[in-house]
Amino acid sequence: MSELERKQDRAPVPADWTYAPAPESTDIVSLQDRYGLFVGGEWVEPASGEYFTTISPRDEEPLAGVAQAGREDVDRAVGAARDAFQNGWGKASAAERAKYLFRIARILQERSREFAVLESLNGGKPIKESRDVDLPLAAAHFFYYAGWADKLEYAFPNRTPKPIGVAGQIIPWNFPLLMLAWKVAPALAAGNTVVLKPAETTPLTALLFCDVLRQAELPAGVVNILTGDGRTGAEIVKHPGTDKIAFTGSTEVGKAIQRELAGTGKKLTLELGGKAANIIFDDAALDQAVEGIVNGIYFNQGHVCCAGSRLFVQESIYEQTIDKLKRRLTTLRVGDPLDKNTDVGAINSSMQLEKIAELVESGKEEGAEIYQPPCRLPEKGYWFVPTVFTNVAQSYRIAQEEIFGPVLSVLTFRTPDEAVEKANNTPYGLSAGVWTEKGSRILAMAQRLRAGVVWANTFNRFDPTSPFGGYKESGFGREGGLHGLEPYLKFDGETEEWGG
Amino acid sequence: MASRLPVRKTYKLYVGGAFPRSESGRTYEVQGANVARSSRKDVRDAVRAARGAFAKWSASTAYNRGQVLYRVAEMLEARTHDFAGVVGDEDEVNRSVDRVVWYAGWADKLAQVIGTSNPVAGPYFNFTVPEPTGVVGVVAPEQPALLGLVSRVVPPIVGGNAVVVLASESEPLAAIELAEVLATSDVPGGVVNILTGYKGETAPILAGHMDVNALDLAGADGGVDVAELEQLAANNVKRVVRGSSDGQSPWEVASFLELKTVWHPIGV
Repeated sequence: MSELERKQDRAPVPADWTYAPAPESTDIVSLQDRYGLFVGGEWVEPASGEYFTTISPRDEEPLAGVAQAGREDVDRAVGAARDAFQNGWGKASAAERAKYLFRIARILQERSREFAVLESLNGGKPIKESRDVDLPLAAAHFFYYAGWADKLEYAFPNRTPKPIGVAGQIIPWNFPLLMLAWKVAPALAAGNTVVLKPAETTPLTALLFCDVLRQAELPAGVVNILTGDGRTGAEIVKHPGTDKIAFTGSTEVGKAIQRELAGTGKKLTLELGGKAANIIFDDAALDQAVEGIVNGIYFNQGHVCCAGSRLFVQESIYEQTIDKLKRRLTTLRVGDPLDKNTDVGAINSSMQLEKIAELVESGKEEGAEIYQPPCRLPEKGYWFVPTVFTNVAQSYRIAQEEIFGPVLSVLTFRTPDEAVEKANNTPYGLSAGVWTEKGSRILAMAQRLRAGVVWANTFNRFDPTSPFGGYKESGFGREGGLHGLEPYLKFDGETEEWGG
Repeated sequence: MASRLPVRKTYKLYVGGAFPRSESGRTYEVQGANVARSSRKDVRDAVRAARGAFAKWSASTAYNRGQVLYRVAEMLEARTHDFAGVVGDEDEVNRSVDRVVWYAGWADKLAQVIGTSNPVAGPYFNFTVPEPTGVVGVVAPEQPALLGLVSRVVPPIVGGNAVVVLASESEPLAAIELAEVLATSDVPGGVVNILTGYKGETAPILAGHMDVNALDLAGADGGVDVAELEQLAANNVKRVVRGSSDGQSPWEVASFLELKTVWHPIGV
């Protein structure tokens, strides 16, 4: 019993104090045994007849069969999208386009819980995140871009904005429905039609989204959803009928896409990897900063391209910060994504789990010191304990490469100049964080950090009105905000540009 | 012995504010002169000079950059006669001067036209500002030699970038004349670096260089393989633009700007 507890005459907290299970029911989701491809407003069989099984990473149980789309299917989908673009959607009144998008936003709000549960089932993220972050933001994205559809000439005065045509969109597995919203909403608002491929491991919310389109009575062919692995994505990129490609994923694949499109004149936007610096100055509000560090790297199991994976702590507060951080880590609840108390859910796939484990191994071998809180993990499924590495040198792989898991590398600095130098010392430039109570320092750091998003005294905040995207090898083009419309428009007589 | 024998000019490169010969010692004969034929090393030196100049130029105030650009127009105007002699057309020189003045006025307006304040659904102050991309490689149009060059070089620098430009291969003299204007008009050394020579030789080196952030392929024609350049550009995810040789708009500048979004909580 602590001194304080004795004084206040409170009962001691039992040492093995645990949360009772608080599972979210999965009854709300009804899955088919098998899903076809959504092309021209209808469900069709893949030409190859090939299907694969999508599982839940929380227990490795199969959820449904999903079609593997090939070249012929891509051809059909692009054809359907082209038809829809030429025979209606591209010419439909912008105000009508807006109303379809408003409908989609509303239906997503109405069916929010169903989507949230399915997202956690298929992807492994904690239900409190899919419920409170992914779904509200996805609906908000449609609502925001709905309003732009009939106001484009105000967004781009003197520029005669016009839709491009058919957009090929390839999205990752970390925020499956939210990334769909980031891609589909601005594309449709601008008057394009879409062929979208969800990630191989998380196709189910995109497939459920087709039912939202049915309810919204969106004209056939405006949105086509093709499931499959990287081969499907490559076919979409290569297809001569896609006028624009938007990709979110790894820098490696992004470069391959940029190479593939070389010389074609096809428009491209890339939202790629990151290795964000989260910088804590000695005058920061430390308890808040520690919350920011935890949110920065353990949110969504660290499967976040803008995750604050490199922590830079000013030397004078190093010990204190690490102590507080370790203490906070012991309170994180790792486990069933569908438990409402879970903070850190399942790793998305066995492949990703291997990749994380391999990089963590390299960190130990290169000489970093590892800390993992005591943690009881479920027996089945894919799990990784939240991890902190201290004693990390800038050259270590864990300080250079994107881990995309719940693994933090801690480094130190003495002066603001040193912090900037180290933070910018990466080929990436997606995001950065700064923690200090000094206003002028926030602005100076925000100016000098070469990153597309800078969070000051906060981290991992997203909003449909707020442009998101990278500097350097983190990609080009922005998603969100007024700027997020531009990659889906062309302008008469202006310089042709890839970056959008 | 009728007239006086004129003193000819030696045409060299413009790198880091100096006028070196090509380190390779090579030249080629064009427009009645022996013009430097840049090598791989010259391209690398130019990129290094540009990177070195970027920090200060990008941090200078927009007002200051506008004044420097205006000074370029003044110097260009003063040499109208020289340039007309090189490009054979005084009208092209006049249009070039006017274009520089037009862009000079944009320096301190870009952020207001391109930036935004974003009304996020929460207690956060959130704004988006344009920032220069970094080092921009420009393959200048073959023609018009001066106006094409000015149209492609001024937009990136008014936005705060540093530039390495491969001049028109068939008409390079205007580019070197322009270098003399830049050198005498307060543009810091290294902000614009001009290389003459064979584009087929130098463009792939520029396109594949890991410290170049964006590439303008306005003049990538003739003996240049655009697809190859764009493939090389993917090595470090360069922003690739196919600029117009006669474009004039703030969006020409926007092609070489990044957008940075900053969040801060609101509270007492």
